[in-house]
Amino acid sequence: MAGTKEIRTQIRSVQSNQKITRAMEMVAASKVRRVQARMQASRPYVDRMRRVIGHLAVVHPEFRHPFLLPREPVRGVGFLVIGSDRGLCGGLNINLLRAVWNEVRLLGKADVATRFSALGQKAVTGLRRLNVQLVATSTHLGDRPGPEVIVGPLHALLEDYRAGRIDRLVVAYNYFVNSMTQKPTLETLLPLPEKRDPELFDHWDYLYEPDSVDLLDTVLMRYLEAETYQALLENIASEQAARMVAMRNASENAGTLIDTLKLAYNKARQAAITQEIAEIVGGAAAV
Amino acid sequence: MVMRVDVVSLEASIFSGEAEMVFAPAERGEVGIAPRHAPFLTRLKPGELRIQLPGETLSFFVSGGILEVQPHQVTVLANTSIRTDAIDEARTLEAKQAAEASLASNPEAIDVARAEAELLEMTERLRVLERARKRGQLK
Repeated sequence: MAGTKEIRTQIRSVQSNQKITRAMEMVAASKVRRVQARMQASRPYVDRMRRVIGHLAVVHPEFRHPFLLPREPVRGVGFLVIGSDRGLCGGLNINLLRAVWNEVRLLGKADVATRFSALGQKAVTGLRRLNVQLVATSTHLGDRPGPEVIVGPLHALLEDYRAGRIDRLVVAYNYFVNSMTQKPTLETLLPLPEKRDPELFDHWDYLYEPDSVDLLDTVLMRYLEAETYQALLENIASEQAARMVAMRNASENAGTLIDTLKLAYNKARQAAITQEIAEIVGGAAAV
Repeated sequence: MVMRVDVVSLEASIFSGEAEMVFAPAERGEVGIAPRHAPFLTRLKPGELRIQLPGETLSFFVSGGILEVQPHQVTVLANTSIRTDAIDEARTLEAKQAAEASLASNPEAIDVARAEAELLEMTERLRVLERARKRGQLK
């Protein structure tokens, strides 16, 4: 009976693995719906915010906020990288880090300095492995992080922007296209992209209450926080979707593996029986 | 004459439609916005946001945020917002008392600014609810 016992234990271990991956798939499937709803709920806010900021970018106020001024040449770029906290979600984090790293290499060739902050455990460890210094991190976010988790990493880079250490701020995350596709995305937050609203007439300014300096700061900070938070929600939805797909593949692979093992097991069993019969027949003939 | 009004918070889109007039709790006091108002930008404090539609007036509570006015477009970016008739009076009262208690007991151990903001918000919630009742909008 050589081999049949080993094969049986192997089958059992693959089966228990499959149970785990199935369970994880189902958990991710139920979560993906929830986090997707949350992501969609805050989209209108970000859209409206963008429109207000679009207006702000074209007004001609007596005071220009530093965030509204274009900066040339760009000597430093800050990256806020949003990853997941846990693994087992396919190539999600790796793909994002690769996209970031391609950009960093290009910038390095042009002698542009880079600075990083990270959200999520996988982004932190991934960036550390690439030997970069992180100015701020935030991890263990859970499935329903509040907007406060982004404050540390975001504000550290904004401080760099104000101090002139960086001239561009990029947020990197996985954009949720649908549950099968997530796209690593690099989005420039600062300086504000200039978009003209064609409905607006040319020279005008807001009435500000109280004063424009203070108020613009509030609005711009709100905008940056909202954009970053939205990116985080997108990434969380992407994470769950990617995990669902990865775990479904793992369950299917376990299934084929079990089939092959079962075949091998049956063959071994058959061979053993055939051999036994042959021995008995051989023994009987000898008598 | 009407203008387009959008009220959104991070959690949801609260209201979107045409209105005749909007009253909002601006930082420097309540403002009333009619169509063709000059471009205007301000912060909001906790208070009542009223949207006057043809034939009815909607009442919301906002906990603060930003108000942007364009001649035919009003945008309210609220931190949190809730319809006044959806305010849970008992729970608000509870939260208010909890905030008061934590402020009174040990001011060192807690985030005072946060507790004060919480207290202000809860007080305003109750006031908004009270006012809406007086107007006879609620039972």
